[in-house]
Amino acid sequence: MIRPIGILAGLFFTLAVLWSFANGAWIAATEGLGEATAEHEFHRAPEPLHLASDGVFGKFDKAQVQRGYQVYKEVCSACHSLKFVAFRDLAQLGYNPAQVKAAAASWQVPGVDPNTGEANMRPGLPTDYFPSPYPNKIAAAAANNNAIPPDLSLMAKARHGGAAYIHSLLTGFQPQPAELLEKFPAAKTPPGLHYNPYFANLNLAMAPPLVSEGQVTYGPGNPKPTIDQMSTDVSAFLAWTAEPTLAKRHQTGWPVLGFLLIATILAYLAKQQIWAAVKPKKKAVTGSKSSD
Amino acid sequence: MSFPWARQYEPTNGLMKFLDEKLPLPRLVYDAIGAGYPVPRNLSYMWNFGVLAGFCLVLQIITGVVLAMHYAPNSLVAFSSTEHIMRDVNWGWLMRYAHANGASFFFIVVYLHIFRGFFYSSYKAPREMIWLLGVVIFLLMMATAFMGYVLPWGQMSYWGAKVITGLFGAIPLVGEPIQTWLLGGFAPDNAALNRFFSLHFLLPFVIAGVVILHIWALHIPGSSNPTGVEIKTEADTIPFHPYYTAKDGYGLGVFLLIYCAVLFYLPNYMGHPDNYIEANPLSTPAHIVPEWYFWPFYAILRAFTSDFFIIPAKLMGVLAMFSAILVWFFLPWLDRSPVRSGHYRPLFRKFFWFGLIPAMAVLFYCGGAPAEEPFVMLSQLATAYYFLHFLVILPLVSSIEKPEPLPYSITEAVLGTDKQAVLGENTAA
Ligand code: HEC
Ligand code: HEM
Repeated sequence: MIRPIGILAGLFFTLAVLWSFANGAWIAATEGLGEATAEHEFHRAPEPLHLASDGVFGKFDKAQVQRGYQVYKEVCSACHSLKFVAFRDLAQLGYNPAQVKAAAASWQVPGVDPNTGEANMRPGLPTDYFPSPYPNKIAAAAANNNAIPPDLSLMAKARHGGAAYIHSLLTGFQPQPAELLEKFPAAKTPPGLHYNPYFANLNLAMAPPLVSEGQVTYGPGNPKPTIDQMSTDVSAFLAWTAEPTLAKRHQTGWPVLGFLLIATILAYLAKQQIWAAVKPKKKAVTGSKSSD
Repeated sequence: MSFPWARQYEPTNGLMKFLDEKLPLPRLVYDAIGAGYPVPRNLSYMWNFGVLAGFCLVLQIITGVVLAMHYAPNSLVAFSSTEHIMRDVNWGWLMRYAHANGASFFFIVVYLHIFRGFFYSSYKAPREMIWLLGVVIFLLMMATAFMGYVLPWGQMSYWGAKVITGLFGAIPLVGEPIQTWLLGGFAPDNAALNRFFSLHFLLPFVIAGVVILHIWALHIPGSSNPTGVEIKTEADTIPFHPYYTAKDGYGLGVFLLIYCAVLFYLPNYMGHPDNYIEANPLSTPAHIVPEWYFWPFYAILRAFTSDFFIIPAKLMGVLAMFSAILVWFFLPWLDRSPVRSGHYRPLFRKFFWFGLIPAMAVLFYCGGAPAEEPFVMLSQLATAYYFLHFLVILPLVSSIEKPEPLPYSITEAVLGTDKQAVLGENTAA
């Protein structure tokens, strides 16, 4: 009974899905496989970026991440928050407690006046988190052509390509290619948006934030703050904010894998020894007597 | 099964004798996974995955309980409590990555376990109950994994929950009230998150209970084996301990090596970047995809793009997606070939390797791809094959196929000879 019903049910699903297939094939034959779009043709995958934190031995380059922090502070923080990072976390970048305190105090965070109870701004403490530049989402959207600048804490994990994507995005602003406008006149970048082939739909509301060499002044002993250098540094900083525990993860893995490798080899040898008695010595041929 | 030659447990000291009289737990272990359980001597490494699945379940429960100590199931703070675990909780990143990747590896292991069952037709008599309980476990695992993925309350959590619970809306008449009732609202929100957390905590223990039944049912006929020929004499068996404890120990080592390599060096490889963006009901991600282990079924769901007579396309997709797993329940009765192992079934084997496996691969790939051509058309063809395979091809093949000659016994298959071998008694199992 089950088999006839099963066969009927099988044919039912098969026919239903082939019916969908036939409809799809008809549409594909008469109208083609979907229309070409500007995004399909002009979107670019992020260019490779090599950071010290990459790879299985990767650690953060603290000097570089410190420079990236400076870029974030002086440029990006005007629009982007960093809400999952606290000032105390800066200690991981090699700052001593006094420096962390000073760094925190250089930011204004929302507070409460101890005398009147009214909301005010006060210098940050190491336990505070990075403040948001806008009081609320409406203010953020109003100031940015209706787009809310996203929080950057996890940006390096929240996009395909990670830090490399951020670097490509920051260095990828350019005029719209003439070829694109020729092919897709309707895809002209709307006023207030900026063309960037690394952004998913090619036009984003962020104006190029890093526009000139020396926009941020690096201390002595640091590389020249070219646009590419600043972009790389801030990408390295955001790789750190996205996963401050990354270096520890990389370091912890090796002893664990080493231990497991030795344990697995021992387990294999133990298994071989235990099985030696019952394994046929040679591949036996049918009919011949086994050797044991 | 208690084969007559199974070794008997002998308590060796006073304490063990006492225990054996009052609560014979050591005897249970001895008979279940010790020297008192005779097992076919020829099990291949494909028989390692049951034990590995059990290991994964324990791993998920342990890491999950620790995560639940720090996680806050409230839609306002769920996302940041997850980041708190990643950043501030000691070894929290390890627990979270271990749990998230543990779920993926659990599915890898269970898929291999299930496909072992397909190839060796482990579902056939006398093992139908083991198989049925297995399918129940798989359904429970899918529910658990789905609800677990909602908990971090990222974009994919939210939109995945919305799409999947939206499927209930496809049921005629009662669909929408059911959906609202399940979610505790019109869209996923705090109420849904809270109940998902509660159920996500509960279900693994339900799974553990069904696993106990699964293994109990396994011990009645005992394991099958790569020849599919049943145990005939003591020579066909070896005690589970030390032989298979040692083999499973080695298998566990290899599993842990691969798992830890991913855990420490590619922990986000099997995840989706959008889940690092906090849930936002006002912003729909460009492509909503579930976790990779749902892709084949998601592809089946999306393959139905046209209404079929009076059945709306969406309902058809939902029916097909659930049926794709429900058909597994009927396998023991659909496949009537008396031969179990695919090694001796020439026609079945061709359909397995050149039909089912490629169809599953296509469904897997298309389920993760955007709902565009050519992926939709490919998944439609693969879906057609999927249903044909289980519901039409298997029953027909089992009637027309001429199996290859089977070895007389497991011993003969291993050693090339069996002293008890009697010519002419080489019957199909
Ligand atoms: C004048 C305000 C402003 C400044 C300064 C600014 N951004 Fe933005 N940024 C925005 C806005 C607005 C968006 C949202 C764009 C959109 O969605 O169209 C955005 C988006 C982004 C994105 C996300 C793009 C995506 O894939 O969604 C990244 C990454 C980013 N900014 C990085 C930076 C970095 C790094 C800096 C500092 C070097 C910076 N931004 C400085 C306004 C700003
Ligand atoms: C939590 C998940 C599961 C656990 C812990 C588990 C555990 C086990 C164990 C320990 C065995 C014996 C060793 C082996 O044959 O690999 C086994 C056998 C078996 N399992 Fe599972 N299992 C799980 C899920 C499933 C699922 C989802 C299915 C099928 C849908 C399934 C079907 C079977 C069958 C048919 C056997 C007998 C195989 C044979 O003897 O040839 N199991 N299981």
